[in-house]
Amino acid sequence: MEILVCVRRVPDTSENEIQLNGTGNDIERDDLVYSVNEPDNYAVEEALQIAAKNGGNVTVVTVGTEEDEEVLRREMAMGANQGVMLSDEAFEGSDGKGIATILKGFVQKGKYDLVLTGIQAEDGGAQVGGMLAAMLDYPFASLVNSITVQDGGKLKVSREIEGGNREMNEIDLPCVLSIQTGINEPRYVGMRGIRQVASVEIPTYGASDLGVAPVMVGEAGAKVKRLDYFVPALGKGAEILQGSQEEIIDKLIELLKAKGGMN
Amino acid sequence: MAQIFAYIVHKSGVADDSAAELVAAAKKLDAATTPTAIVTGWGAELDAVCESLRGSYGQVWKIANQALTYPNAELIRQALVKVLPSGSILLVPHAHFGIDLSPGLSIKLNAAYVPDVIGIESVAGASLTLVRQEFGGQVSAHVRCDLSTGAVLNLRPGAFKPQDGAAINGSVIDKSATVGTLTAKRRYLETVVAEAGDVDITKHAILVSVGRGIQEKDNIAIAEELAETLGAAVSCSRPVVDAKWLPKSRQVGSSGQTVKPKVYMACGISGSFQHLAGIKGNPFIVAINKNPKAPFFQVADVGIVADILEFLPELTNKIRETKGVSV
Repeated sequence: MEILVCVRRVPDTSENEIQLNGTGNDIERDDLVYSVNEPDNYAVEEALQIAAKNGGNVTVVTVGTEEDEEVLRREMAMGANQGVMLSDEAFEGSDGKGIATILKGFVQKGKYDLVLTGIQAEDGGAQVGGMLAAMLDYPFASLVNSITVQDGGKLKVSREIEGGNREMNEIDLPCVLSIQTGINEPRYVGMRGIRQVASVEIPTYGASDLGVAPVMVGEAGAKVKRLDYFVPALGKGAEILQGSQEEIIDKLIELLKAKGGMN
Repeated sequence: MAQIFAYIVHKSGVADDSAAELVAAAKKLDAATTPTAIVTGWGAELDAVCESLRGSYGQVWKIANQALTYPNAELIRQALVKVLPSGSILLVPHAHFGIDLSPGLSIKLNAAYVPDVIGIESVAGASLTLVRQEFGGQVSAHVRCDLSTGAVLNLRPGAFKPQDGAAINGSVIDKSATVGTLTAKRRYLETVVAEAGDVDITKHAILVSVGRGIQEKDNIAIAEELAETLGAAVSCSRPVVDAKWLPKSRQVGSSGQTVKPKVYMACGISGSFQHLAGIKGNPFIVAINKNPKAPFFQVADVGIVADILEFLPELTNKIRETKGVSV
């Protein structure tokens, strides 16, 4: 099975406090720690497990610039057979539809049975996978938390719905699935693994290579644009307990007693 | 302004709470509008839902089709593409069905798509300014959306408060014939109900809930010790389940359990809206987090900026001492 996984490099919210910059129109990007978008990592692991069980290749692709190469190498160190960079000045400022348009160009250059994305990016909203599927006229399922390959060019997939319940579906290949976190346990990647793929060539494709019209992507094609970032004026908010740790603990115990928090 | 439609999520003949929230959002987009509800399904349950919406929607478009007995996003997308006038604005709740439906629908309609909208700031001609949250709610963003070819807007459940208004006498219009035959490359099989866990967190009055801040599986014991001294149960947020440190049955949130404790202690949990959606009944909330910007501090009653790995054992010791003295 030929599997393509779309990944992205994002600021890692478990490593960073996200704050506004001095002028208040963007987040402070100096000193941010970036990593691969967490759900994308689960998608790559799932692809590797499917390929190991059923045969096939795993390709990881990202839309970005040179600095995004590190996430491709990380996923190659996990075991992806190759990494591909989609990069062009015309791609800058793309909205979700723009990214999906670029990815569609790449998907159509190859022959993939299965395309995976992470469910959502830290600054996104669960959109690119569904858009890509619609552009390709492939079936789609979101929030996927298990995949079983079946005979006859089909998969059985479960979707995470409310209350921890799972919606079971049968879906024809080729298809696009967006992967929920927790579907598997992504393997650990050490520095050694990353060094081993450090010099592997990563092919780069631009708009003309992909047959993507520049007016359809980037700022030019975006119907949705982020204007600024802000921190909303807080409501009442929590009363932050102050003082030494001992004082804070005493206060908290009083509160817990008063509110029924100690049985 | 373009005509505004609301996609109604429903189950067992009852419309979801979001049906009233979408009316409130439609009024924010255009105070003069009477939005149109679109309801898909089959049989008596569908009719019951349509009937229940007549008091709040000017028109209720009913799409009856046996293939839509279970809401399959691929089939419903085909139906919506057939019935929606070009340039329409469609409002959809941003939950598991809306996440499945809307991105692809926006492509087929050639409409703009904005996911997980929490606020509507302003409308100027075909330019709509919306509010979203990014980075787990740590910052908000204004987003401009071009309405000139229509839009699909996914709205966060709970973000738009239903307004009290006089009931109107809306009409149900049957659009089933427009839809015709529907076929899909994805077929619904069944729903597998979550297994019950060892501890039922929905039955506990006090929850010590842990998140990513607990850092590793062995540290869960710190929360368990505190819970034991308080007579509480240990619950958690999604990353703890993803890491397999606690079973799924302990997860609080829209994809986990809905809890109604008296006291909720959120320990090292940032406070994503999916997590907060699982906390009901207005408990006394204590948030403990080393990140002073953690969104949980906005909704908690009391906040403590501390590393839970240091703070919780100290708290446990002090409570044990206190209990020892008072006995």
